[in-house]
Amino acid sequence: MSELSIVSSSPHAHSGSSVRRIMLDVIIALVPAVLVSLYFFGWDAFRLTTACVVTCVAAEAASRKWMGRNIGIDDLSAIITGILLAFNLPPTLPTWMAVVGSVFAIVICKQLFGGIGYNPFNPALAGRVMLLISFPVFMTRWSEWTIPSPIGMDAVTTATPLGLVKTTIGSAGALPFDFTGSAMLQLFVGNQNGCIGEVSAAALLLGGIYLLIRRCITWHIPVAYIATVAVFSGILWIHHPQQNLAPHFHVLSGGLMLGAIFMATDMVTSPVTKRGMLVFGIGCGILTMLIRKWGGYPEGVSFAILLMNAVTPLINRATRPRVFGAPKGGRKQS
Amino acid sequence: MTMVIQTVLTIGGAGLVCGGALALAARFLAVKEDPRVAEVDGILPGANCGGCGYAGCAAYAEAIVLEDAPINLCAPGGAEILSKLAGATGQTAQMAEHKVAIVLCGGDVENAPRKFDYNGVADCQAAHTTGGGDKACPYGCLGYASCSRACPVGAIEIVDGIAKVHPDLCISCGACVRTCPRALIKMVPYARKIHVMCSSRDKGPAVKKACKVGCIGCTICAKLAEDEAIKMQGFLAVVDYDKELDNDAVIEKCPGKCIVRI
Amino acid sequence: MGAIKAKFSAPGGVHPAYHKDLAAEQPIAEMPLPASLVISMSQHLGKPATPTVKKGDTVLRGQVIGEAAGFISAAVHAPTSGTVKLVAPVPTAAGPRATAVTIEPDGEDKWIDGMAPCPDWRQLEKKDIVEKIAAAGITGMGGAGFPTHVKVSPPPETAIDTLILNGAECEPYLTADYRLMVERAADIWEGALIIAKALEATNIYVAIEDNKPLAIAAMAEAMPEQAGAAHVVALKTEYPQGAEKQQIFAVTGREVPAGGLPLNVGIVVENVGTTLAVWDAVVNGRPLTERVTTVTGGPVAKPGNVLARLGTSSADMVEFCGGTSSPVAKIISGGPMMGFAQADMSGPTTKTTSGLLLLGPESVHAYESMPCISCGRCVGVCPMNLMPNELSQFLEAEDYETAEAYNVMDCIECGCCAFECPAHRPLVQHMRRGKAQVMLNRRKQ
Repeated sequence: MSELSIVSSSPHAHSGSSVRRIMLDVIIALVPAVLVSLYFFGWDAFRLTTACVVTCVAAEAASRKWMGRNIGIDDLSAIITGILLAFNLPPTLPTWMAVVGSVFAIVICKQLFGGIGYNPFNPALAGRVMLLISFPVFMTRWSEWTIPSPIGMDAVTTATPLGLVKTTIGSAGALPFDFTGSAMLQLFVGNQNGCIGEVSAAALLLGGIYLLIRRCITWHIPVAYIATVAVFSGILWIHHPQQNLAPHFHVLSGGLMLGAIFMATDMVTSPVTKRGMLVFGIGCGILTMLIRKWGGYPEGVSFAILLMNAVTPLINRATRPRVFGAPKGGRKQS
Repeated sequence: MTMVIQTVLTIGGAGLVCGGALALAARFLAVKEDPRVAEVDGILPGANCGGCGYAGCAAYAEAIVLEDAPINLCAPGGAEILSKLAGATGQTAQMAEHKVAIVLCGGDVENAPRKFDYNGVADCQAAHTTGGGDKACPYGCLGYASCSRACPVGAIEIVDGIAKVHPDLCISCGACVRTCPRALIKMVPYARKIHVMCSSRDKGPAVKKACKVGCIGCTICAKLAEDEAIKMQGFLAVVDYDKELDNDAVIEKCPGKCIVRI
Repeated sequence: MGAIKAKFSAPGGVHPAYHKDLAAEQPIAEMPLPASLVISMSQHLGKPATPTVKKGDTVLRGQVIGEAAGFISAAVHAPTSGTVKLVAPVPTAAGPRATAVTIEPDGEDKWIDGMAPCPDWRQLEKKDIVEKIAAAGITGMGGAGFPTHVKVSPPPETAIDTLILNGAECEPYLTADYRLMVERAADIWEGALIIAKALEATNIYVAIEDNKPLAIAAMAEAMPEQAGAAHVVALKTEYPQGAEKQQIFAVTGREVPAGGLPLNVGIVVENVGTTLAVWDAVVNGRPLTERVTTVTGGPVAKPGNVLARLGTSSADMVEFCGGTSSPVAKIISGGPMMGFAQADMSGPTTKTTSGLLLLGPESVHAYESMPCISCGRCVGVCPMNLMPNELSQFLEAEDYETAEAYNVMDCIECGCCAFECPAHRPLVQHMRRGKAQVMLNRRKQ
């Protein structure tokens, strides 16, 4: 430091927050889910998470150097992209595909748009969707899992709960099983089939509470998202209980918890106004349910969030708060 | 086969309807424009520098044709464009003398100390209004490149912490002159080479404290220069570019070392 | 009379670390005359005063040395008796230079035979009060320094029903207004009655943040029952409760229209220090020549509240407070949220210098600004409900038209956005630059 005093514009006080600290908090919040994924999927979870994180960080560093950006990788955002992408991969995926997805997420979806702050889409989700469309077989090949059966006889399946439901309802009509009591608990702790990071609602909620306490996220998006899914599925369920899954099942299965708490709340790609966040969450919920119920895929969280990412600028515009002192209801700001 | 015909008919029909609508719109909604405006616009260089005082080349073209604006305002165009404009409009005009911008400050990193560490937006206007600018000299070039960003042709470079104009690249649009918050940039005749590279209006002791190459107001140059080619404005020597000045003595005798030949 | 709780709260706001304990319990200490006083002619918002003295003149305390130049301007008086040493431009706290008169005190501190004291002010006409305030050169002593005589003489068609005394002092570190309220409550109250008479206002509120219970108690005790409403209003402790528009809303629920003034909703807000200056001017016939300033911050050996003459340099004030006991990295005139950083300690005290804050290297950082990550915190804390994130992006791209359309002119530069910004973006500086440019563009048209 030189001997001259520092002069800057006011304010001269700061809350102490930093992008790096926020990213670090998100990583800390992801730790419980990482541990659960290691417990249930073992080596595969370790393999995929490591591959994604290492590739993302390397790709970030390389592309920044290549594009001549002077901001370093120390904001930690690439690590989060890596973990979240890995969380969205099935345990059987070959490592090289995870690497391809990571490079796509960082280079194409983030750095080519201008790097941190400028990407319109959540890089991890974009990476996952790219893989899902390019390698549909690999991306839907799950490990073996014992489903709780309604008649007390457990069966082994290699499908996810939502996938199972989609195929059985599509062909036969009646649900193959019901989810009550201990089965719900099983879903809640994470003993189910799915992508390595999405299985345990408990671990994800724990991380979400941490993020809320640390003010890294606000309640608006997760609550609006999950509540919309619950209400939407609840209406369907009351209307046709044989044809539709119960709302609590919808909430606890698939990628909803992961999406609502960690992906939809990504600061860069979600609205900045509180009302906008509610709209965003509700939109995500409706799209997710539309895809789950009537779409070609059993799960729709990734697509729903990406589609809502695309309209985030419009939501920001539409939910611009009324300037203090401006006439109420009047003066639309162009 | 029916499907092919149906498709062709549907798409072809849609195309026809839309094409027809466009043709009608072009006919009835057409904006009448004086053809001479387009002609003049075609002659202008298209840099949209704003140096003529109009919003851009198209606006200037309109002004020439419809409001009889003088045709010699396009500095970047030079004599060549002027003669073409004269041909197109029938107006005659003399091209003004070729002028280029110059930053009248020589207080680079070496010579002019800073009085504090500035932390903020890297823009001269922003720096100028934060604590009065970090340069000890309240008149000197801050070096945050606002002029360089305003220059449409990249003729201004920051060298050793101050802005320098490359006279051969300058198109004399004046964008930099309007941008500089300290009004250090002047348009001077291209042919003139001797300049007082200081804009400080402070008294000698204050200037000396703030810069090693500032004008201390000693008036030596004003006395040496013939025909009042250098005049004192308060404590600052200013070159009168309307008068001849080719006198190396003013450079040698300047105790502030702020008169230079460029 | 007890205090009532504010029923409303303006949008946004932040909770910075207050550090008021450094100086809060230090009684106001009058500083001896320094060796030299530098009195800037730019003490207030609007046009700087025109100097009326020249080098070599001898002046008496209270003598006019600068005349108000135009409608929004105020007179400047010699803070003590002595000799004029210099009339030359010096930098103001905000940066640009303005003419200043340097006076060498003769030590006698002799008052000029000027305005007559008027303890019986209730006999005065409205316009006499306004005249006395103008003659005393009083300007807002809390922040921007708007000439007070202009504020207390609203256009005749505007009815003012409410006077709010601003004792919020929401800026961290500063305790000058707090000390005034604790020590001079009765005089402040009388000053408020004088202003209320000039305005014909029937309601008087004293707005104080609820982290200052002693000030609330002192003011409440000083205010006897009277016709109309007179209340101490305890505001929620939150920055910026002292901002005029936000305070008016918190106290009365009225919203000052965007681009408008408090008088548009029938209200005038005066800082408690200003109110005391009005009392001093009208009752004692003394123009504004001194003010209370909080000298505080980590490196100050003995932080305190100093009654200093206008023109006292920062260095002299720090010296009076025991000098510095640790390295100084930043010198701020005012508080940490809205104050102006200074290059050195030569800057003089003005009518708006509410504090002198020194920060050590541990609390000063040179931030590298990052791209906006759209976290939305600035939107949440903006007390004007603006969206600083996108405004700063427009302004970074020098798109002033769009910024204007998106209400950049409503920004009050309180600093909440930049305080919260995790990307350390210089949001307030962008706004300032944008506002200046928009004003320039408007004038051109």
